[in-house]
Amino acid sequence: MKYIDEFRDGRLAREIGAAIHREVAPGRQYNLMEFCGGHTHAISRYGIEDLLPAPVRMIHGPGCPVCVLPIGRLQMAIDLAVERNVILCSYGDMLRVPAWQGDSLLKARSRGADVRMIYSVNDALALARRHPDRQVVFFAIGFETTTPPTAVAILQAAREGLRNFSVFCNHVLTPAAMRAILESAELQSGVVRLDGFVGPAHVSTVIGSRPYEFVASDYHRPVVIAGFEPLDVMQSILMLIRQVNAGRCEVENEFIRAVNREGNLKAQRLTNEVLELRDRFEWRGLGPVPDSALKIRERFADLDAERRFELQERIIPDHKACECADILRGVKHPRDCKVFGSACTPDSPLGSCMVSSEGACAAHYLYGRFREVRRETEGAA
Amino acid sequence: MCLAIPAEVVELRDNDEALVDLGGVRRTVSLALVDGVAVGDYVIVHVGYALNRLDPEEARKTLALFGELSALGESRA
Amino acid sequence: MAARDHTRKLDFRHGRVEMNHGSGGKAMAQLIEELFLPAFDNPWLRPLEDQARFEVAGGRMVMACDSHVVSPLFFPGGDIGSLSVHGTINDVAMSGARPLYLAAGFILEEGFPLADLRRIVESMARAAHDVGVAVVTGDTKVVEAGKGDGVFITTTGVGVIPEGVHVGGALHPGDKVLVSGPLGDHGVAILSLREGLSFDTTIESDSAPLHELVAAMVAAVPAIRCLHDPTRGGIAATLNEVTRRHGIGIRLDEAAIPIREPVRAACEFLGLDPLYSANEGKLVAICEPASAGRLLAAMREHPLGREAAMVGEVVADDHGFVEMRTVFGGSRVVDWLSGEQLPRIC
Repeated sequence: MKYIDEFRDGRLAREIGAAIHREVAPGRQYNLMEFCGGHTHAISRYGIEDLLPAPVRMIHGPGCPVCVLPIGRLQMAIDLAVERNVILCSYGDMLRVPAWQGDSLLKARSRGADVRMIYSVNDALALARRHPDRQVVFFAIGFETTTPPTAVAILQAAREGLRNFSVFCNHVLTPAAMRAILESAELQSGVVRLDGFVGPAHVSTVIGSRPYEFVASDYHRPVVIAGFEPLDVMQSILMLIRQVNAGRCEVENEFIRAVNREGNLKAQRLTNEVLELRDRFEWRGLGPVPDSALKIRERFADLDAERRFELQERIIPDHKACECADILRGVKHPRDCKVFGSACTPDSPLGSCMVSSEGACAAHYLYGRFREVRRETEGAA
Repeated sequence: MCLAIPAEVVELRDNDEALVDLGGVRRTVSLALVDGVAVGDYVIVHVGYALNRLDPEEARKTLALFGELSALGESRA
Repeated sequence: MAARDHTRKLDFRHGRVEMNHGSGGKAMAQLIEELFLPAFDNPWLRPLEDQARFEVAGGRMVMACDSHVVSPLFFPGGDIGSLSVHGTINDVAMSGARPLYLAAGFILEEGFPLADLRRIVESMARAAHDVGVAVVTGDTKVVEAGKGDGVFITTTGVGVIPEGVHVGGALHPGDKVLVSGPLGDHGVAILSLREGLSFDTTIESDSAPLHELVAAMVAAVPAIRCLHDPTRGGIAATLNEVTRRHGIGIRLDEAAIPIREPVRAACEFLGLDPLYSANEGKLVAICEPASAGRLLAAMREHPLGREAAMVGEVVADDHGFVEMRTVFGGSRVVDWLSGEQLPRIC
């Protein structure tokens, strides 16, 4: 597959890995956060950590929209499906996430709620056209990559006068989340050290590299925007290490084949036409983050599910034993969580870090936990 | 986040749509977010939409960069 | 039962399954006489007794059972009928046995088109006939409309293990893991038809009977340690079951695992891992290292094993991990999934 296979070449991986080994300064630790959940998944799925020297530590950031969606918002979607008899359309990622008392969209479906898994918001529009007598609600989640398609769908629905279609909007913004991490108490006090960011791949195709410049200018951390494939991630790690060694703080772009400074202006324009900043949005793990989420503009109010169904905000606290909050901010590693692998597993997830395969916990459990076990065994031997 | 794949545009269709191909698998995607896409272009596809065009020249440069270890390979934004 | 004089033949073009087709009366007899019997026709079935009677050759008998609820019923490369025959034949064959007879139970939904039922039954008959196995007995029930998914089929198969063949035994570190061909085809073929995920592809289900491939394999290596067909859950589920059962680990080499490019591509589109995608015409074999070369050669000589490959080996591992060396050079666990893989956008 063109533009995929070449970027997974093991021989090149070894060469870049060797370069990283050569260039880490003796006695120096490098704490790098890969913000994007897709990168978390790639790192685990390809075993990239095996190719990195010990001083390079990857911290898994909160760039997983499934993981950072508060349980209350998910419960609002479940309630819509169960109580209001709508056709609730959702991307596959959200179907198993546990909400109130372990309920989920999939479990609601097994009780008779009309929950449909879709691949594209256009599928939801098609359902609305096909079932004019039913209300169809699209459960919109995602960062800036996934937002423009939602905006286009709303414009399309408005143009067609589709009266039975609406969107439950939970889109969130990347730069705001990065700022929240950098402002976090642990980082400010030095409990957690962060030397640089691996910037998201596809979010950046939409927003460009410019929105990250504040990280370098205001917080003096380098950012390297990395492509989606494992070689991109390796190369970006190398570029970050070089910046750190040289004392540079810049936004660099490794993903030059798809990202430029301005981004996709058409997508940005369409998004701005339909959506605007929310006053307030709570992130799971990060708490309220200013200017971090989007809602549907007044002009398109009748396509807003929250207004159409007069949805009440639900605040549901995390499970008592759940440490997702600390893990999402890079304060703890999944293995530090007391319930990791015991009460909380992909089979019975207590928190969303374990359900989404790009959540730090699921990624570690599914792909990486053998390393801990091996270390323990070898330690005991 | 954002699982997206690079696919080749093989056919332009009505309604601002195109047929794309990845490794022999084909799907219709929306071109509402991009302009001036032609057959033969590669686009990045996410949730049924083309997000951006992929630049083959920059892709080639990136691959070349992976192999260059002596030079301080810098690609500034 | 002698043929009855029914007033009107079954309308296979426009007719539908009705409740009385499952009630044991004239209507059911008509369904059997006009559909099942002519399709499956064999001396054991013809008497239409409550049971089929057959001679048993000497040797160890094997019996396997599978229920089939696949949706959609018809897919590229097969249908629920051919799948139900191949699936049970393969379960029997994984013991090294020669499959002999099948039983087929049908649960039909009221309103199911007779045209589709005939298509399915004829497909089953063809599949059974092609492998020289007879469907010797069966059962039919009908459930009310809305209580079934068109048709559910349960097949039970019996076979006999030839003298000198012994598939099974403990696994030891160093044993080699082989697969008979490219993985993930069936799961992706099915997915390509599901609502909302439709994409155009040439991928077909690989549904096929493996008993002759197995016969060739045990002829070359009579003491294969382990034979499985990796159906639901893919090779990942099968190998995790093996490590759990035997208290060992397995190490795979991703670069050695054959997967067709379109299957890979479809999985990329949807964020799926082909290792978890079902196979219906493939097998996994584990044998001692000294026999691996011979076994691989025997597999490759058979049409269903042309692309057979050695993909890994057994290691000592108390935790039973299936670990894979990725094409990238790092390692990852190939874990046992909690449920069905769901396509993702993130």
